[in-house]
Amino acid sequence: GSITTADGSALVKLGNTTVICGVKAELAAPAVDSANKGYIVPNVELPSLCAERFRSGPPGEEAQAASQFIADVIENSQMIVKEDLCIANGKLAWVLYCDIICLDYDGNLLDASVFALLAALKNVQLPLVTINEETGLSEVNLKQKNSLIIRKHPVATSFAIFDDTLLIVDPTAEEEDLATGTVTIVTDEEGRLCSVHKPGGSPLTGAKFQDCITRAITRHKEVKKLIDKVIKSLTPK
Amino acid sequence: VSPGDTSVLAGLYGPAEAKVSKELPDRAALEVLLRPKVGLPGVLERSREQLLRQTCEAVILGVLHPRTAISLVLQVLSDAGSLLSCCLNAACMALLDAGLPLNALFCGVTCALQPDGTILLDPTARQEQEARAILTFAIASNERKVLMTTTKGSCSVEEMQQCLAAAQRAATTIFQFYRDSVRRRYSKS
Repeated sequence: GSITTADGSALVKLGNTTVICGVKAELAAPAVDSANKGYIVPNVELPSLCAERFRSGPPGEEAQAASQFIADVIENSQMIVKEDLCIANGKLAWVLYCDIICLDYDGNLLDASVFALLAALKNVQLPLVTINEETGLSEVNLKQKNSLIIRKHPVATSFAIFDDTLLIVDPTAEEEDLATGTVTIVTDEEGRLCSVHKPGGSPLTGAKFQDCITRAITRHKEVKKLIDKVIKSLTPK
Repeated sequence: VSPGDTSVLAGLYGPAEAKVSKELPDRAALEVLLRPKVGLPGVLERSREQLLRQTCEAVILGVLHPRTAISLVLQVLSDAGSLLSCCLNAACMALLDAGLPLNALFCGVTCALQPDGTILLDPTARQEQEARAILTFAIASNERKVLMTTTKGSCSVEEMQQCLAAAQRAATTIFQFYRDSVRRRYSKS
């Protein structure tokens, strides 16, 4: 991956928008009410270096809303099933900390973040962990590594709405500022909708929605081919 | 506003003087604060605040009040399902009550897709948990267009269109409720 110290990582450039995602895996005890589930914790950061409007300090509304959106996409699409992250029921499970950091903001943050997350998770190699029955301690085998089981491949497509009629796919920062609204549609490979995110903005008719969805499904196929090509080109160590 | 047992209290302040750092030169600056019933507001509240803010910004005629601030504060009193649409309805009624200039009204409708395929409107917390997918729409009063959409869980395209159609039909009932409430409020005075 792009970050050597991370368990999995990916750098995505969508036009000028650059987003890097690093996944670190740690061990923790699962929650009491869901003893067979691990955790996935996404965090989107918009540091002040990516655009003039972001100041340093606590995460602003856009970063928090983006983090919530990514968490929802992971949950809705079931791309990683939390039960797969469990090592020993009630005792040990993986926690995947996914840090998504924007390096250059030129619009369409959500699409780029979802791609970066997907590519980084495909890149993750987790060591095999067994629990020693005699001592009750966990043993980590760094020599034997497995990839994560990724069940679905969600792809996000964002549109900028202008005056109730015009729709532009993959808007740049300038287009986003001038737009009167945005829509983001996340589809998976079966053509199912994982998320339809339209945070306010000018109203859309049902027919326009259908138009967006058909384009999102077409785009999904293209993006999936690209991700598969890149992952295959990375030689396994 | 309380459908079933979910209730949200909305308070609207404005248009009032805005801080220089927050004022916009050509329109009113809207701020939404959502306080959960228990605990401090977290990332979920922030994302909901963004949804509510952008929905309200689409209907409020902000250009009539430049360089002012409009604050909408929502306090969750109890949550028994369909919380986001309850917040949307509370926000719209607060806007109506304050007499702010609007270009349309909006209402929130939640649809739950059950595992067997039936669509349930305004689900309770239990129904939400059992559902395969939950879709929340903010429908505008002019031509029933969609102002805001958010989904939880995955669904097929046809199911989404069916939910949207059902939500648009339900919106008529909610707008009638708004009319009746406002009429009742102003009939005595």
